[in-house]
Amino acid sequence: MKDKTPAGPAEISIEEVRHVAALARLYLLPEEERPLAVEMSRILDYVGHLQALDTQGIEAAFGVLPLNDVMRDDLVRPSLPVEQVLSNAPRQLEGHFLMPRIMGS
Amino acid sequence: MTLYDLTATELAGLLQSRRVSATEVARACLERAEEWEPTLHAFLHLDPADILRRAREADARLATGQAPALCGIPVAIKDNLCVPGQPATCGSKMLEHFIPPYAATVIERLQDQGAVIFGKTNLDEFAMGSSTENSAFGPTRNPWDPKRVPGGSSGGSAAAVAAGLAPLALGSDTGGSIRQPAAFCGVSGLKPTYGRVSRYGLVAFASSLDQIGPLARDARDLALLMQAISGHDPRDSTSADLAVPDFSLAQTPQRVSATLGIPRECFGPGLDARVKEKVMDAARDLESLGYRLEEVSLPHLEYALPAYYIIAPAEASSNLARYDGARYGYRSSQGQDVEEMSSHTRREGFGPEVRRRIMIGTYALSAGYYDAYYLKAQKVRTLIKGDFDRAFGSCDLLLMPATPTPAFGLGEKAQDPLEMYLSDIYTVAINLAGLPGLALPCGFADALPLGLQLIGRPFREDALLQAAHHYQQHTSFHRERPVLAKGAGKEI
Repeated sequence: MKDKTPAGPAEISIEEVRHVAALARLYLLPEEERPLAVEMSRILDYVGHLQALDTQGIEAAFGVLPLNDVMRDDLVRPSLPVEQVLSNAPRQLEGHFLMPRIMGS
Repeated sequence: MTLYDLTATELAGLLQSRRVSATEVARACLERAEEWEPTLHAFLHLDPADILRRAREADARLATGQAPALCGIPVAIKDNLCVPGQPATCGSKMLEHFIPPYAATVIERLQDQGAVIFGKTNLDEFAMGSSTENSAFGPTRNPWDPKRVPGGSSGGSAAAVAAGLAPLALGSDTGGSIRQPAAFCGVSGLKPTYGRVSRYGLVAFASSLDQIGPLARDARDLALLMQAISGHDPRDSTSADLAVPDFSLAQTPQRVSATLGIPRECFGPGLDARVKEKVMDAARDLESLGYRLEEVSLPHLEYALPAYYIIAPAEASSNLARYDGARYGYRSSQGQDVEEMSSHTRREGFGPEVRRRIMIGTYALSAGYYDAYYLKAQKVRTLIKGDFDRAFGSCDLLLMPATPTPAFGLGEKAQDPLEMYLSDIYTVAINLAGLPGLALPCGFADALPLGLQLIGRPFREDALLQAAHHYQQHTSFHRERPVLAKGAGKEI
């Protein structure tokens, strides 16, 4: 994967803000895009200080415990009753979560 | 001495010997809450009928003479923990009306012990913040000075214990959210080793960092709560399958032979001189109790904050993807299709800090940036863990400040996210390394509490509790109580 990291201070473009917002399913008003780009640039600049550290040959520590593939026996166990599952549903129909249509126009 | 001034351990003694009833204790706490809540706003949900019902059940159990130590003791619960039938808002409009259909493991364990679940406390939205100002339902105020923050994100829990609204509370800690508010509010708070306490039923923020932990007036009370909530849980695949030691401090030896490491990087610029002075005083106090002091170095400590503010938002962006208006929580009325509805839901349901962190996290994980940000930060995490491993080669415990300053004013840091992030400078490294950390009061500056932090080896919360208990047997900072001026905070 091509590394897109800027060599200098992080400067997030409006296009990148829109792209990230789409990935994150976060609606943004047009007037929010520039201030968010500026804010994100500041934060990313700060966290970008990590680039100064040499991590050649260092393993990533995704977690601290030496746990791998914690499994349980493949046995059917009781699930949450359907009424409870639906108890916080914004809209429901006949035991299902009712949603807007999938495809846009 | 009124009931709400007593520690949980003292209350347990009175309850077990039936000199006082659980109903009386619950009433005392409820009356106190009625008096202080208009100013403090520590609670988002407090149901007296439910509390008194639980107290009555506890009394029935206490009457048999076979009740557990926690029976009848009120425990306030941070509102990102699931208690069935009560809201779990996480301080967010997204979950404002969400009622969990299941109990968190820690709640089940508390209920088994007969503890009285005492309301849901205020927090920064989805536990993201260091002041409780990010709550969608208004901030909590510091009982020591209502114009100041109680800290965050477990600000409600810390304030409730400090003000005597409940003797015990549960909080959660991802980057300092138990320890920092404990320090700001003059109470004791423990973040267990990652994996010591089940996260089942804790609304997830950052899965490799989150831990549930106790807040209380002293180490003995922390131990009481730790004993009840700790232990392996098959429903949390990240919970450690290790036996829970006896945390009770009944057998604490009078003198210890242990080495206390003082990391030099924790006492540099940025640390308030008054905090530094009190923490160094505490070091000398502990030395007189038998702890040998040794200077150590954590050379990668300065990279902990940047690493944290990549890893935590990245994990949060994944964990908060579930809030899409589909199955629970807020749903926007805008949008022509599922995608639009979800986008509007998330914009309207989440506050600015949460949205900011989701954006940062998504960016750091996205194609082209994953290696430079997320992967890099996880490698730095290995380096930070390595620093602590080396320090624990010669030390049994580490000592450092809990916060760089005493509690700051409401609104003071709310405008600048980066400034707010800097209040976590002494706490985030501990979450990254998965170590246990305990914050306890060590002095005052202008009538504001100051806290020190003890760090232990993995799964050695017992050593932390012992050291804290030792210190508290010889000091009385933890016995000070705030005095609330009537009507204070109303004009703000």
